[in-house]
Amino acid sequence: MYVLPFVIGVVLFKLFPFVMSFALSFTQYDLIEPPKYIGVENYREIFTTDKLFPKSLSVTLMFVVLTVPLRLAAALMVAQILNFKLRGINFFRSAFYLPSILGGSIAVSILWRFIFSRDGLINQIIVALGGTPILWLANEQYSLWTIVLLNVWQFGSSMVIFLAALQNVPQSLYEAAAMDGAGKGTVFFRITVPLITPVIFFNLVMQTVHAFQEFNGPYMVTEGGPLHSTYLLSLYIYEQSFKLFNLGYGTALSWVLFVLVAALSAIAFYSSRYWVYYAGEKEGK
Amino acid sequence: MSAVASQGSPHFDSSVDQYQIRRDRINAVIRYALLIAVGLVMLYPLIWLIGASFKTNAEIFTQVGFWPSKFELEPYVKGWKTSTEYTFTRYFANSFLIVIPRIIVTVISCVLVAYAFARFDFFGKKILFAIMVATMMLPQIVLRIPQYIMFQQFDMIDSYAPLVLPSAFATDTFFVFMLVQFLRGIPRDMEEAAQMDGCNSLQMLWYIIVPLLKPAIISVIVFQFIWTMNDFIGPLIYLSSVEKYPVSLALKLSIGATEEVEWNSVIAISVLALVPSVAVFFAAQRHFVDGVASTGLKG
Repeated sequence: MYVLPFVIGVVLFKLFPFVMSFALSFTQYDLIEPPKYIGVENYREIFTTDKLFPKSLSVTLMFVVLTVPLRLAAALMVAQILNFKLRGINFFRSAFYLPSILGGSIAVSILWRFIFSRDGLINQIIVALGGTPILWLANEQYSLWTIVLLNVWQFGSSMVIFLAALQNVPQSLYEAAAMDGAGKGTVFFRITVPLITPVIFFNLVMQTVHAFQEFNGPYMVTEGGPLHSTYLLSLYIYEQSFKLFNLGYGTALSWVLFVLVAALSAIAFYSSRYWVYYAGEKEGK
Repeated sequence: MSAVASQGSPHFDSSVDQYQIRRDRINAVIRYALLIAVGLVMLYPLIWLIGASFKTNAEIFTQVGFWPSKFELEPYVKGWKTSTEYTFTRYFANSFLIVIPRIIVTVISCVLVAYAFARFDFFGKKILFAIMVATMMLPQIVLRIPQYIMFQQFDMIDSYAPLVLPSAFATDTFFVFMLVQFLRGIPRDMEEAAQMDGCNSLQMLWYIIVPLLKPAIISVIVFQFIWTMNDFIGPLIYLSSVEKYPVSLALKLSIGATEEVEWNSVIAISVLALVPSVAVFFAAQRHFVDGVASTGLKG
C-alpha cells in the first residue's frame, strides 16, 4: 500500500519516459508537428555527417578521463591524511566537504568563471609569482581544465565515503604489518587499498556516471567554448533539444550517451570480480 | 631513536613506547600542516570571493589579498536590485516556493516508501527494490526530454509543478535508499511491543518509526534543500517567465544581461545565493556528513 506512490512515480516519471525516449530517438519531433518516424536516421546522422558529435564526444571522454581519477585520487589522499585520531577532524571534514555542497550551484560556476578570467584571481597569483598570465577561458588548450578543476575541487563527497571505509580497516592488520616491518607505502598499497576496493569501485562508478552528465560547468563557466573545446555532450544535447527543439535528435544523442555510460558501467562491474575484494569471500582479488 | 640504540633490547618496551609517542607527535604535526595547506588552497577562492564582494570593480582585478581596502556595500545594493524589473527578494522567494513544498512532499513520500520496503513483505518487493537501485544509476539526461514532453501535455510548463511533482512520488530514489538502509539498522522490538498494544501500521509509523528516523530525515531535508537550491537545468528548461525565476536562473541573467559585467555586484549576489545552503549545511553538518558516509550518497 505504502509503495503505491513509488510504483506510480517510477512508472510515470522513470520507466515511461525511458521507453518513450527510446521511441522518440527514431523520430523527428519539434513539439509542434507530431513525431514522424524516420528509422535510424538520427543515429546515422550522429555517426556519419554530424561534425559536432565526434568533437563533443572526444571532449566529454577527455573530461571524464581527467576528472574522475584526479577527483578520486584527491579524495583518497585527503581521507588517508584525515584517518587519524586528530582533534578537530570533524572541522576539517566539513571544510573539505563544503565545496561539494556548493560546487554544483550556478553561483559557484559564476565565481569560477571570474576566478579564471583574464584578470581573475588565478592570473593575479601567477603574476604575483612572476609568471605570465594565461587566458584560461579563451584558450582551447586550457579551457577544459577550468571545468576539470571545478569538479576535482568537489572531491569532498568521495572523500567522506573513503574516510568511512578507511576507519573500518581493522587496526590489527596495521599492527601486524608494522611487526613485520612493512613500510608506509607497502602498508598503504598492500593493506589499505585492497581492503577498500569495494568503496573505490563504488566511487569510480558513481563519479563516472556523474561526470558524463556535467552540465553547469560548461554551460556557465565556458559556455562550451572556445571552439567547442568544452562542448560536453550534455550541453550538446541540451542545445539540440531545448534551443533548436530537435527533440528526436536530442533523445538519440542522449541514448548514445546512455549506452556509453551503461557499457562502461558493465565493464566496471564485470572487471570488478578481478580486483574488488569483498571481505568474507574465499579468494581475495 | 637514540634511546632505542643505546639501551638495546632488554628495555625494549618502555623505550619503544617513547619512540612511538614522539613519532606519533611528529606525525600529527605533519598531518595538521598538510590538512591546513590543502584546506587553504580549497577554501581560499571562497574566502577571497567574500572579500571581493565588498571591493570596488577596479580593486577586484588587482588585489590578491582578500581584505578589501574599504568595505563597499554598493555591490550588494546594486546586485540585489538587478537589471531586471524584479529584485532578488522576488527570486529568493521563488526559490523557497520551490524548495519548501518539494522538501515536504519528498519527506512524506520517501518515508512511506522506505517504511514499506524495510518492514513489509509484499508482492514484487524484490523486483521493485532492484528497479529502485537501478534508477539511481540511470542518467537523468535520458529522461529529460520525454519528461518535458509529458509536462507539456499536462500543460504544466512555466509552473513549478514539473520541479516539485515528481518528488511527491518518491522518485528521488537516493533518499528512499538511504532511509531503507537506516531503518534496517533499527531493531524491531519497539514496533513489536506497539503492535501488541494494538497500534495499526500508520500509528506505528507516526509514533515510532518517524522519531527513530529523525537523523536520516534531517539528512534528506538538508540534501533536498541544497540540491534544489543548486538545481539549474530543471528551472532552465521548465520556466520561461522571468517573474517565476529562482535564484539560480536570476544569477545567470545577471551575467548575461549586459555586455559590461559589473563583476563586484555579480559576485556579491553570488555570495548571497550561497548563504542559505551554507547555513543549512553548518546547522546540520553532523548528521549530514555521517549520513553521506553511511549510505555512500553523492553530494
